[in-house]
Amino acid sequence: MFKATVIVKRRPKILDPQGKAVEQGAKLLGFNNVKQTRIGKYIEFFVETDDLKAAEKEVKEYSEKLLSNPIMEDFEFTLVEVNSPKTEVKIARD
Amino acid sequence: MKPKFGVIVFPGSNCDYDAFYSVKKVLGFDAEFLWHKEKDLKGCDVIILPGGFSYGDYLRTGAIAKFSPILEKVVSFAENGGIVFGICNGFQILLETGLLPGVMIQNESLKFVCKDIYLKVENKDTLFTKGIKKETIKIPIKHGEGNYYTDEVTLKEMITNHQIIFTYSSSDGTVSKKYNPNGSLKNIAGISNKRKNVMGMMPHPENACDPILRKTDGALIFKSIAKHFN
Repeated sequence: MFKATVIVKRRPKILDPQGKAVEQGAKLLGFNNVKQTRIGKYIEFFVETDDLKAAEKEVKEYSEKLLSNPIMEDFEFTLVEVNSPKTEVKIARD
Repeated sequence: MKPKFGVIVFPGSNCDYDAFYSVKKVLGFDAEFLWHKEKDLKGCDVIILPGGFSYGDYLRTGAIAKFSPILEKVVSFAENGGIVFGICNGFQILLETGLLPGVMIQNESLKFVCKDIYLKVENKDTLFTKGIKKETIKIPIKHGEGNYYTDEVTLKEMITNHQIIFTYSSSDGTVSKKYNPNGSLKNIAGISNKRKNVMGMMPHPENACDPILRKTDGALIFKSIAKHFN
């Protein structure tokens, strides 16, 4: 079994009103060095298979079809085998 | 022939009854509710995807609704030329399913906007707008994510194919940033697919039908659709 963590980020060119508003809050608190705040999503789940390639394929498809909207978002994910944490793969969509 | 409107009900829809009421009780057309788990459009001639917050807007607006069993039927209905009309959240669902191009992001102001606005009718040569004689119509908006976006290539294609149907404007039809309530690209308020049988719009025509509300421009859209069946 693998544990998957997916991060979904809004494409750099696309406006992120939420990030912008949060950064205004940062300024109000005096965090003046904070720049270019962008807010994304962090999603974690388990994939019930021992086959790494199959897990990769499933997570990639899941990320493309539901977790992200390819028109405005990019995603990257990490897979860690539950019983042997040394096996770790990190995959980012180009 | 009197068309039958089918109003799809998702968990979280909240303008489904408004659409049903306006179409059936105010305008006198046939209408029926279609539960999202059904797999049959029950002979409806026009499908309305209503406003609201289907599935709580979780993940992205419309993202989960697109996998509702009935949506599969709606997509094939649309691909065969059937008339599909998405209002507000319904528009967002149409974008997620890919029946219409583009995406919706949060309003630039981050505020939920609820007010009457004017729309310039950019294309009167569609079954949705044929009956509109005026240059602009007054219809309310109520949304937090109506900031339409698409890439430049798609936008160009949409302009060439006259797919931009409504833009936010002044009462006399001036389209400028001043009249843009949410930051949407080119003041876009409503678009159609290339074939012009699928339309999505953020404003709520179903809330501008009953004369008791003192605004009835929304009825022009439903009447146009109905006229198509004459």
